[in-house]
Amino acid sequence: MYDPTVARLTYRALLGRRRALILFALPVLLVVIAALVRGLTGADDQTASDVLGGFALATMVPLIGVIAGTGAIGPEIDDGSVVYLLSKPIKRPTIIFTKLIVAVAVTMVFSAVPTLIAGLILNGNGQQIAVAYTIAALVASIAYAAIFLLLGTVTRHAVVFGLVYALVWEALFGSLVAGARTLSVQQWSLAVAHKVSGGDLVTSDVGLPLATVFLVAVTVLATWYAGQKLRTLKLAGEE
Amino acid sequence: MTSINIDHVSRWFGNVVAVNDITMTIGPGVTGLLGPNGAGKSTLINMMGGFLAPSNGSVTLDGQPIWRNEQIYRHIGIVPEREAMYDFLTGLEFVVANAELHGLGKKAAQQALATVEMEYAQDRKISTYSKGMRQRVKMASALVHDPSVLLLDEPFNGMDPRQRMQLMDLLRRMGDEGRTVLFSSHILEEVEQLASHIEVIVAGRHAASGDFRKIRRLMTDRPHRYLVRSSDDRALAAALIADPSTAGIEVDLKEGALRIQAVDFGRFTVLLPKVAQAHGIRLLTVSPSDESLESVFSYLVAA
Repeated sequence: MYDPTVARLTYRALLGRRRALILFALPVLLVVIAALVRGLTGADDQTASDVLGGFALATMVPLIGVIAGTGAIGPEIDDGSVVYLLSKPIKRPTIIFTKLIVAVAVTMVFSAVPTLIAGLILNGNGQQIAVAYTIAALVASIAYAAIFLLLGTVTRHAVVFGLVYALVWEALFGSLVAGARTLSVQQWSLAVAHKVSGGDLVTSDVGLPLATVFLVAVTVLATWYAGQKLRTLKLAGEE
Repeated sequence: MTSINIDHVSRWFGNVVAVNDITMTIGPGVTGLLGPNGAGKSTLINMMGGFLAPSNGSVTLDGQPIWRNEQIYRHIGIVPEREAMYDFLTGLEFVVANAELHGLGKKAAQQALATVEMEYAQDRKISTYSKGMRQRVKMASALVHDPSVLLLDEPFNGMDPRQRMQLMDLLRRMGDEGRTVLFSSHILEEVEQLASHIEVIVAGRHAASGDFRKIRRLMTDRPHRYLVRSSDDRALAAALIADPSTAGIEVDLKEGALRIQAVDFGRFTVLLPKVAQAHGIRLLTVSPSDESLESVFSYLVAA
């Protein structure tokens, strides 16, 4: 199910492209914001929760998910170099699963780690807030990577659709329409975070059982479908 | 013996028919797939390579379907037309990765690089390679698992004459070793130099098949049209029409020239100056009016 060569090609392509700069820029921005807030207002649990929930989990994690998820396969399909993977006796789902692992790992490293650091800077993990949001980021990384990997497999405009989903659906609709929050990776991961922190600072609109079902279902279905799409990927000629 | 069987295959994209009911068998040796640009060569190669499903008909390798059958790649090596190929890797890293994806190691990669004589540049990044070097590394990646079938889409595009000769030698060697080598090209001379067997595709249809000499004859035997200007057009026309090598002559008053249709190309080219000399007529212009590859191909379709 996992092919180390596919993994190596994927992460080298992912971290070698210019897009990868955003992977580094966003975490740095988060840590800088955390340091500024701490310096200006001092340690405050509510503020820590607002920064981590409002910026880290709501904006940074999905953006990094978009870059890592779509970037793990989209450019290869776009420029046609995926032909070197497809012209091998390797099962298509293996290629997708391997790319998912890489995308998840990259998203986790570039989103969960800075979330933890920012949380520690903000209030020194008071009320388990830093750990709770870190776990939310870890959980969200898996689902986002799977969704955006699928997007990268099915459309050439994966980044645009990914950004629309991350910014318009999750951020805008999520804050205006209650129903949209039920179908939001962010809310599902917050349900897990709420369970970890136990307090009232980290809350979710979705219950933990439902959130878990959604997270697992979305990840599995997206990965399965991406594998199927890759099996019948048509590399049309340039005629 | 490995052969690709294409059986009544059609492929359409929406309303556009790219490949129209083609049946052919590609066996061991070097086969050239010849046709003008946009004839459907790439579509056909993509179907042989398992990257496109036929809309109709079947493409098989020794009886096994190629579409949705990744195990078939144990026997097929593919050299795609597109340039993109993990440019951030070195040539060696790229070929090693291809070997690993076949379950092979560095040794196979080194061997393939030696075959294409690219060892000297194997540690340079692919992004620094010339077109010819890229083509050779692509070849190495296709040869790494010693496949019995090699598919190449327009492999000579953009290569300089020396690189072209090197690649031709290599492909000839592959064919002599008993591999089934198929390459596409829109350039007659390329195919003539390399392929013993030719399949001609025009406008999605299978126009001709067989030995190169046979096809060449078909091409030269077709009616040729000439535009001729002389000191006495009508006298020349009268003298020429008496010979069976000429099928028709039109006196084009507007152009002030003769439009001649010759059926026996060889005979006509000898006849014309002789007749002119015998009648004391000076030839001012003799120009073939339909020598474009497209007209040659379209004649073949009708033949």
